[in-house]
Amino acid sequence: MSRLTPENVTLAEEIIGRYPRPKSALIPLLHLAQEQDGYVADDAMEHLAELVGVTPAEVLGTCSFYEMFKREPVGTYVVNVCTNISCQLLGGEELLHHAEERLGIRAGSTTADGRFTLEDVECIAACTEAPCLQVNYRYFHRITTDEFDALVDELAAGGRPDEIPPHGTLARVRQHIPDDRAAGPAVPGECGEPVWITARPAPAPEPRS
Amino acid sequence: MTITEAPRIVSSRFDVADGHTIDVYESTHGYEGLRAALAKRPDEVVEEVKTASLLGRGGAGFPAGVKWGFCPPGVWPRYLVVNGDESEPGTYKDRLLMERDPHQLIEGVLIACYAIGCEQAFLYVRGEMALAQERIAAALNEAYAKGYVGRNIMGSDFSVDVVLHWGAGAYIVGEETALIESLEGNRGMPRLKPPFFPAAKGLYLQPTVVNNVETLSNLPWILREGGAAFAELGAEASRGTRLFAVSGHVRQPGVYEVEFGVTTFRDLIYSPLYAGGIRDGNEIKAYIPGGSSAPWFFEEHLDLPLEKGVVDRAGSMLGSGAVVVFDETTDVVKAALRVVRFYARESCGKCTPCREGTSWLEKILERISDGLGRPSDLELLVDVCDNISPGIAWPPKQTTICPLGPSAVSPIASAVTRFRDEFAARIGEPVTVSTPITGGAYTAAPDAPAEVGA
Repeated sequence: MSRLTPENVTLAEEIIGRYPRPKSALIPLLHLAQEQDGYVADDAMEHLAELVGVTPAEVLGTCSFYEMFKREPVGTYVVNVCTNISCQLLGGEELLHHAEERLGIRAGSTTADGRFTLEDVECIAACTEAPCLQVNYRYFHRITTDEFDALVDELAAGGRPDEIPPHGTLARVRQHIPDDRAAGPAVPGECGEPVWITARPAPAPEPRS
Repeated sequence: MTITEAPRIVSSRFDVADGHTIDVYESTHGYEGLRAALAKRPDEVVEEVKTASLLGRGGAGFPAGVKWGFCPPGVWPRYLVVNGDESEPGTYKDRLLMERDPHQLIEGVLIACYAIGCEQAFLYVRGEMALAQERIAAALNEAYAKGYVGRNIMGSDFSVDVVLHWGAGAYIVGEETALIESLEGNRGMPRLKPPFFPAAKGLYLQPTVVNNVETLSNLPWILREGGAAFAELGAEASRGTRLFAVSGHVRQPGVYEVEFGVTTFRDLIYSPLYAGGIRDGNEIKAYIPGGSSAPWFFEEHLDLPLEKGVVDRAGSMLGSGAVVVFDETTDVVKAALRVVRFYARESCGKCTPCREGTSWLEKILERISDGLGRPSDLELLVDVCDNISPGIAWPPKQTTICPLGPSAVSPIASAVTRFRDEFAARIGEPVTVSTPITGGAYTAAPDAPAEVGA
């Protein structure tokens, strides 16, 4: 796998067109590649380099900084268990340990059947709902070990396709700016004072006496 | 107890069915603040926000109206970048604001763009927050269709695109210059300030205002009800209301909107209206008052109000509104280790004291936690801290470009000063520390011998 499909190239061009400079679209496009293939393939990175006008090495440089981007295939379900402070206080580390036992793998690896990848992650902003985890970035709050087992059984039996899309899909609604409503990107060197400021100048300050 | 009947300014739609949709938003005063703003001159909108004395809600607590004024005159375009990269451990409020009331945030973004003169806005949401991204995308599509965003907003001459953008997993990107690097498509490493103060040289080296989600979510109410009405709430520098996430060993963990500046830590942690006290009738051992970067507070700080100046002077910070409560059963060595491990993992690697220091702190703490600590380890820990943040003072000094490295020092200085005996018990021998720790909240228990931490 693989360069972007023609449909995704069209989407990529729409995304690039929103930014004053094409390279700004790189992280959204890496997500698009990951949505297409489940991970970010080398060929996809080369394709993105062509689309935004940088070298493949620069794409790799950006891609490798961010931990959500996987450069090798991962499980159908990426299970991220939070063990940071609020979750640790309420059993997050024990939950992770239980998950390792249940799935038969250490955090950071993938089950032999390619179904589950388990990760020990940093705070995912559900601190009042500890211990918490995400499956493909969908939240599960205040989860017990029994609930974890039931979730794994359910996912192994076919999952919850309405709630949990395949790894790589984040928002299932895309922003679309209609042409007749777009203000357009603000490109450096091409913008002056905005008209709504020019039309309503602040009054001159009162002279100091 | 100083619990007040302040209105819910930013969380009013949290419990409203379909509060994230434009129909419900419009039927509950939605976009009235923007309408009010467009009836004023941009400079008058800035004045309204200055009158409100709205402090930034992201962590540093800088006055928003003043921050807007730092853009150099006559340099265009200006950008607004919304910091929705909430990832400070313990912090949980911006995700709720994005998931449950995305239109309120969008309206706040538009008001800010109108006031500052920003010709494009980027809404940077944390990568892991799929539902927030989905809700904001849907809300933006609705708002474009209804003429609230884009060209000639509400029939006026005000035009701005709001572009939804999301990250891909990196705590450091919450730092505003790293956020800008990331938005330019680069590795999210902070820039040196000066010269790269965002207001002067931000996105594409143009004037850029970076504001937090909660900060902007206050603007619709301020424009609708007036800055003076906002400033009537709260005390001292801390006006209006504020969201606090109370997590850890409390009976009712939750996100609570309380009057800023007057409500106390005791109210927030013990009131049945809020967190309801410590679980199982246990005693409180310590608490983090403002996210994992903040020095810990203890029982003697419970009656302090949630007021920026008061908490700063007491030697910590309200930071990102994240209160994490430890009860008497908490293993503070393990707790400090977990927080330090976070900073070691999230260090971007640009500055040596942080890159090397945080990972050494983790290693040393790990062996102490495992019962393999050496008698000299506490001194070594504090010495490494001193190299990352000289003097271990508060507010922290730094030998690094950004505050990430010094943030790892807070939990260690707190735990080592207050709970020296727990480290000694792990190491199996008495331990001493000669490197001075000079910060405010790094204090021994009131009834302990004075030499500790001196």
